[in-house]
Amino acid sequence: MSDAATEQGRDRARVDAPLKVSGLAPYAYEHELEDPLFLVPVLSTVATGAITGIDAEAARAVPGVALVLTHENAPRLALPTIPTLAVLRKPRVRYRGEIVAAVVADSLETARYAASLVRVDYAAPPSGPDVRLDPEDPGVRPLRRVMGVYPGQHTVGDVDGELAGAAYRVEGHYATPVNHHNPIEPHSMVALWHADLGPLATVQPRSTRLTVWDSNQGVVAPQGVLAGAFGLLPTQVEVISPYVGGSFGTKGMPHPHVMVTAMAARKLPGRAVKVALTRPQMFAGTGYRPETRQRVALAADEQGRLRAVDHEVFAPVSRVIPWVDPTAGPSLSMYASPTRRVSYRAQHLDIGPGTFMRAPGEYTGMFALETAMDELAREMGMDPVELRLRNEPEADPESGRPWSSRHVATCLTEGARIFGLEQQQQPGGRREGEWLLGMGVASASFPQMGMGPSLARITFTGGRYVVSMQASDIGTGAWTVLAQIAAQALDVPQDQVEARIGTTDAPYAIIAGGSTGTFGWGSAVVEAAQAFRAEHGSDPAEGATTRARTRMPQGVRGVRRMAFGAHFAEVAVSEVSGEVRVRRLYGHFDGGRIMNPRTARSQLVGGMTMGLSGALFEESYRDPRFGHVVNADLAGYHVAAHADVVDIEVGWVGEPDPWMGATGAKGIGEVGIVGVPAAIGNAIFDATGLRLRELPFTPVKVLEAWESSGPAPAATVR
Amino acid sequence: MDHAVGGTSHLSTKLVVNGHPQELRHDVRVTLLDALRDHLGVTSVKKGCDHGQCGACTVLVDGRRVVSCLSLTASLDGAEVVTAEGLGTPDELSDLQQAFVDRDGLQCGYCTPGQVCSAQAMLAEVAAGMPSHVTEPGALTDPDTAVELTDEEIRERMSGNLCRCGAYVNIVAAIRDTAARRAGTGAQP
Repeated sequence: MSDAATEQGRDRARVDAPLKVSGLAPYAYEHELEDPLFLVPVLSTVATGAITGIDAEAARAVPGVALVLTHENAPRLALPTIPTLAVLRKPRVRYRGEIVAAVVADSLETARYAASLVRVDYAAPPSGPDVRLDPEDPGVRPLRRVMGVYPGQHTVGDVDGELAGAAYRVEGHYATPVNHHNPIEPHSMVALWHADLGPLATVQPRSTRLTVWDSNQGVVAPQGVLAGAFGLLPTQVEVISPYVGGSFGTKGMPHPHVMVTAMAARKLPGRAVKVALTRPQMFAGTGYRPETRQRVALAADEQGRLRAVDHEVFAPVSRVIPWVDPTAGPSLSMYASPTRRVSYRAQHLDIGPGTFMRAPGEYTGMFALETAMDELAREMGMDPVELRLRNEPEADPESGRPWSSRHVATCLTEGARIFGLEQQQQPGGRREGEWLLGMGVASASFPQMGMGPSLARITFTGGRYVVSMQASDIGTGAWTVLAQIAAQALDVPQDQVEARIGTTDAPYAIIAGGSTGTFGWGSAVVEAAQAFRAEHGSDPAEGATTRARTRMPQGVRGVRRMAFGAHFAEVAVSEVSGEVRVRRLYGHFDGGRIMNPRTARSQLVGGMTMGLSGALFEESYRDPRFGHVVNADLAGYHVAAHADVVDIEVGWVGEPDPWMGATGAKGIGEVGIVGVPAAIGNAIFDATGLRLRELPFTPVKVLEAWESSGPAPAATVR
Repeated sequence: MDHAVGGTSHLSTKLVVNGHPQELRHDVRVTLLDALRDHLGVTSVKKGCDHGQCGACTVLVDGRRVVSCLSLTASLDGAEVVTAEGLGTPDELSDLQQAFVDRDGLQCGYCTPGQVCSAQAMLAEVAAGMPSHVTEPGALTDPDTAVELTDEEIRERMSGNLCRCGAYVNIVAAIRDTAARRAGTGAQP
């Protein structure tokens, strides 16, 4: 066995790290292009209504302005596009912050100044806008389906009967706020509509008409959307996105600026048009994690075995597109219970559309469920790890199918041992000066969905093997891990393999989403490597090439695949200020085979860091009149900084899951964030006896909880 | 100052960027960040928020860290500017950059050039005895003595540089390693 045979799973530095630490990796905005133009969008200042007029005279008069784009002069689209992207089509506004015009000029300063001169007049609609979230609103409706696939209403057994007759029962109302992804790289794009390519260009399917350098989770999304909108074949739209400065879901599907920038380029052929959204523009029009209101009730018998899981979700829905997170999903699969009920209700509002954000559904739902489990453990006086162990389901409760693998119990027990989980019988007994100390635990889960096959191509050239596919590295480590997978499958050292990803000039691949990249793309790479060796042997000729697709084991539909984990938190809560400090976080994960410990650890630690940030700080506040976010920058919307993150460590089971395909790897991009807020909230209870059911756990919420809990903090805890 | 296109005022400013003298004729409104990225093609400095809130645009100006999005080019005539590529390039990384690679102190890499520049200057501040919010008041007996570089000091001093991927614990480790190595070899911070 050569060294290469163990390449998979080896600790490797990121291959793109040297470029990134020196700042030389080119992100979307940074590719060198001759004489570019700069686009600045103009956003609506009302939530709904008709545009009665746009006065762009002053903007057009500014020297250096090349174009003011409005619904009056925007190019017509060949096909209707997805509703989110249907901007500059009609003189109407659907949410505050929708793009209603754009200015293109020869400098950023000029474009920004001219954009400030564009005057838009609106006629208010007879009523509305509807922007206030209100569970009692008469327009609230039950949902039949969530994300088109999950049941909106689902009941098994006599939930109410079990709840009424249970030995133990807890019920709580939980709330999670709007969160914004806030990748540090703003949504950016450069579009170049190629100047007249001659009369034959339109009929030549491979003539590139539009090149875009874009920041996305997969080049296939902007390629498909733009080709459809402009009546081009996909082969005529080239998308180049080698490096992406973070995403977390927001760059999964194109947002309106992509359409507007391509439209501007269409009108300015031969000139590269650049856009980088400002931070406030990102808060307005690039999606977010929608708020939820949840009710969870649990019933258990004398031994702590669940008899009922009841999970109601209420959420807003944008009238533009019906995005609802599958928040109650975990309540169908996480624990064994003879009766279960999930129910979703939604209120349609005139607000910008939500979208997937790191672990959509699981993040919000597991906050409620795992807090409720802690409440049940406290109610029973049972160890919270033991309570969870007693409710481990042998098969997936939702589908009845066997687990492909499930190591939740190991995550809980090993994690508790490594972390040193010690909770207090009576909360509030540990203190250091003004700080009350506590520990908490919560489980994590994330489904492993098939997103369809990807293709990978392996070519031998210049003494090296090049693996190419449309895969995307948004910070995950795909550049490195795909090369490692190929090296192992080809049985060569990693330095003989080079990945080429992030371009449409490569075989089709699914986007980096749903934690599917490593096992989905990885399977295609293994298949391609095996086919390559079968066709070309171990001494291939220059230029030898082979392509293959993702292959999952036969019968994969008969099992349920999920990644799992357990989080442990130690917090300190100030009884003076109400501030919560997370002193330690530890996560133990069941992520199948770990392909590269260094990048895997970073992904999991990164998810936990974002979970800590969501637990303590993050909340986008909507203006009650217009529905837009008012704290729309990184001063108003605090994300965890260095000083907030003290000690985060992870471990894992590391057992390959044969149902995940050739890699045996589960997706780990999302499971790391799931359950972190619950673990922290449960630790706050251990520290203080306060049960916080609304994120984020700000000092105000802690102090208010203390106030409403009766006696002063000092009296409670001494 | 003179008036050129469109009534906007233009100026000439001389900068030394990563060792290369540059003379820039620019709109008075141009920030150092946009001068570097859009006018000089130096994209080893990143724009994350343009409001001084994220630190991605951190560069060294005459050896000190600044957020270049809040610095007007016109105010910097004669300044020496260093971005991440001025500290080291892929073929010749600085010890600090190499530590970021070794400790995986990055994921998407977009905040990274700012983190690296910030850390470089921060270590010099520590060596120069500049206290931070978490420095014990009694710890500084001599103003020219280096502050003891605890992890808490690193985190406090690096808090102007946000990392949304959550590489903080690895960044702190990379800085800690670098400081220890430099102290061990007697190298300048």
